[in-house]
Amino acid sequence: MHSFNKAMNYQNPSKEGYYGDFGGAYIPEMLYSNVETLKAQYIQIMQDPEFQKEFHALLKDYVGRPTPLFYAERLSKEIGTQIYLKREDLCHTGAHKINNTVGQILLAQRLGKKKIIAETGAGQHGVATATVCALKGMECVVYMGEKDIERQAPNVARMKMLGATVIPATSGSKTLKDATNEAIRAWINEPNETHYIIGSVVGPHPYPDMVARFQSVISDEIRKQLKEKTGSELPTHVVACVGGGSNAAGAFYHFLNEETVELVAVEAAGHGVHSGMSAATTQLGKPGILHGSKSILMQTPDGQVVEPHSISAGLDYPGIGPLHAFLYESKRGTFTSATDEEALDWAFHLSEIEGIIPALETAHAFAILHKMNFKPTDVVVVCLSGRGDKDLATYMQVMDLKK
Amino acid sequence: MSRLKELFKKQNERVLNVYCTAGYPQLNSTLQVMESLQANGANIIELGMPYSDPLADGEVIQSSGNVAIANGMTIDTLFEQLKTMRENIHIPVVLMGYMNPILQYGFETFCKKAKAVGVDGLILPDLPLYEFEHIYGKTIQENNLDFVFLVTPETPEDRLRKLDSLSTGFLYAVSSSATTGKDKDFSKVALYLQKLQAMQLKNPVLVGFGIKDKETFNAVCAYSNGAIIGSAYINALSKGNSVSDTTAQFLNVVLN
Repeated sequence: MHSFNKAMNYQNPSKEGYYGDFGGAYIPEMLYSNVETLKAQYIQIMQDPEFQKEFHALLKDYVGRPTPLFYAERLSKEIGTQIYLKREDLCHTGAHKINNTVGQILLAQRLGKKKIIAETGAGQHGVATATVCALKGMECVVYMGEKDIERQAPNVARMKMLGATVIPATSGSKTLKDATNEAIRAWINEPNETHYIIGSVVGPHPYPDMVARFQSVISDEIRKQLKEKTGSELPTHVVACVGGGSNAAGAFYHFLNEETVELVAVEAAGHGVHSGMSAATTQLGKPGILHGSKSILMQTPDGQVVEPHSISAGLDYPGIGPLHAFLYESKRGTFTSATDEEALDWAFHLSEIEGIIPALETAHAFAILHKMNFKPTDVVVVCLSGRGDKDLATYMQVMDLKK
Repeated sequence: MSRLKELFKKQNERVLNVYCTAGYPQLNSTLQVMESLQANGANIIELGMPYSDPLADGEVIQSSGNVAIANGMTIDTLFEQLKTMRENIHIPVVLMGYMNPILQYGFETFCKKAKAVGVDGLILPDLPLYEFEHIYGKTIQENNLDFVFLVTPETPEDRLRKLDSLSTGFLYAVSSSATTGKDKDFSKVALYLQKLQAMQLKNPVLVGFGIKDKETFNAVCAYSNGAIIGSAYINALSKGNSVSDTTAQFLNVVLN
């Protein structure tokens, strides 16, 4: 089979959006004009000094960046290494998702768009999108799986309070995959006035690259903060949870071409990788095409996309961004997974030993730390991608069961 | 000469292409549906291979696909069913589907088997131009299958010419940028089709998306070589009792 651009570095996909064999823009012709306009203009718009100025001013004064890099003393002692937490949970709206939506809303304004659509899983991206739409006075429609609407009620309420319309996706597994299908269809049906803010490093080129660039502020800050704290910009490990992979892409980005830094991606194993109720895409998937890009995809032998399972709505996705598929295939990344139960245990454990209640998605990243055989001298950065307020209903159920 | 070429040589107006989903309404009704379409005046059959995530399709075709998948339809099963197709079906048959199931099946094997059972061409809405030119197009051509690209009112003229030059059989003009099964403003569609006519394209043009009855069929036939009906027919099948009665009644209304 033809193979694309082997001589790339990890940060930049080829002109057609390929990271190795993964990526591209497998879209129906109805989306061609929109995607082509975006592809032709995104780099230019993002590199414009005026854009950069406005983007960074909003990140600073509205989002609250830079987010702290916190040395987790008790956790470090327990694991036997040096662990730093990148506090994306302290961003406005409670997760890293807003880094991307701030960038994309400014881009949408420059493209002359009037309306924003978005998909959401846990609701964090939906809230982050509704927030920037309110900030900029733009109409906002968020597609969310019916099942996720039930399990992430506080975020649904927040989106509505911010003036967004939340439309339930009722097809398929009624989760993130189906919300994404519905958002893409909505975009097909009104392409001219609408910009689609994809929340992860998935979708047709240029979305994976564009979202990774907006999220790369995370690793840009980590380098500077680590230099201040340790004297070196480089950690030995960066650990992040991966659904589609946006916080991981942001936390890995400025370390992608630093060979000494081990990049650890933690997928959601659900009830267990081989339980039939899992979302561990790289372990269970094969190369395939979903939502406009070629990547690794959980599917039946006949090529029908499988309905994944994770307790965390944000990781409940049968695919993974093409950059991550390439990191997996090229072995640049270390891919591992944590189960629902392990993630829940660690959500409580982190709360108890560091006083930080993480989102369920984020808790997966912590659940693998004790299995990693870190050395005492290692410097491990964990991307604390989101806070746990939205998961309180789940956490309360667990506490009731323990009574 | 390919069946599609022969058809358009004989008939260059009011060509009716009807879409049906393989394995719908029943797993083994595929050939019966196709035979009914042929018997009642369809000129081309566009046979849809069901996919769990059909981005270009609206609710109606999507749910027929879900029924077909639940019925057990796979590409392998479909080729088994189509083995005897050419005993009774003499009109052109074009397979429509999404890339992922075909990639899992094996793209080359898929093209070979499609040709072997008598399929004439392919419509793959999520196979992009770049990948067609650099990877898949060659295999399609080596197997003597026609390939039909979609164009929309937003497709720029140079790209439209390129898609026309790479298509064989016919060109699929999407009436407006939308998923299947949505109603259209036909005065705008007419302007778009007149523009296409004036371009004197290499391929015959069939218009799809929003064509659902006699009125809409006639409206687009005035400025094109014919039309493709999909959702409206699937809708009729979902409500009707017998495939042959429903098909006869549906096509009678459209054509007469």
